[in-house]
Amino acid sequence: MPVLARRIEGAGIATVVATMMPQTAVELMAPRVVGVEFPFGHPFGMPGDRVMQRAVLDSALRVLAGASAFGTRVDVDLEWPQPRGEAYKSWQPPEPSPIVARLLAGRGGT
Amino acid sequence: MLIDSYRFLPRSFQPMYANAQPVEGETEAVWAPFEKRLADARIALVTSAGLSLSGEQDPFDLARERSEPTWGDPSFRVLPHALAGRELAMSHLHVNNTDVLADHNIALPTDVLDDVVADGAVASAAPRHFSVMGYQESGVRAWREETGPAIVELLRDDRVDGVVLAPV
Repeated sequence: MPVLARRIEGAGIATVVATMMPQTAVELMAPRVVGVEFPFGHPFGMPGDRVMQRAVLDSALRVLAGASAFGTRVDVDLEWPQPRGEAYKSWQPPEPSPIVARLLAGRGGT
Repeated sequence: MLIDSYRFLPRSFQPMYANAQPVEGETEAVWAPFEKRLADARIALVTSAGLSLSGEQDPFDLARERSEPTWGDPSFRVLPHALAGRELAMSHLHVNNTDVLADHNIALPTDVLDDVVADGAVASAAPRHFSVMGYQESGVRAWREETGPAIVELLRDDRVDGVVLAPV
């Protein structure tokens, strides 16, 4: 996603990446980054929780409009409402993705 | 505060994300100043959830990813801002799709953006948004050379001032 952000930014249109992996986005040279401590698949929060979704989008828009320099990162201070173990399981796909299955097979796992 | 990105991930994922290196040609800073007030700006969204309009657009190519695990479909779909009455399909083998299909706003917050516009904080939502499929290894080149420039052209046509991109 930072690659696409950079293409758009390079064309003169400002971008912000809202992501569960903000450090990675910074390392991949995204111009503006907003981090959330949410499980994969949920960059704007819980389904049906418009207050949480709005808080993330508002943060992203503030950074989009207000960041003064390349590489700005702001993390959102919101706690995921599910217990960690539950969230750890629920974001994962029903079966491992092809690349993860290949890695597991290479390691002798299942 | 700094968040813990690995809180919900298997430990085995850490080496895949730690110390990421930019791809060749993507090592320089790039910066477009945001020169308008948000209240005068038009905003577009990009999601990597692999969303398409069910029955109206081809879904992303998961069959090829299953046979070539390091390949991800690098194409994109144009999604209208007004999604009421449209059914979304999600092509993404790396996350559980249930929650995004229950409420697309967690990945593509079109309804949330409507609320922001209604409050006057942003002038308008772009008439169309964009979906890609997040998992890219060999496809990154096509994103740089084809998908990115094609999306830029449409953003310019729509006079978009800023873009919020969200990987899933």
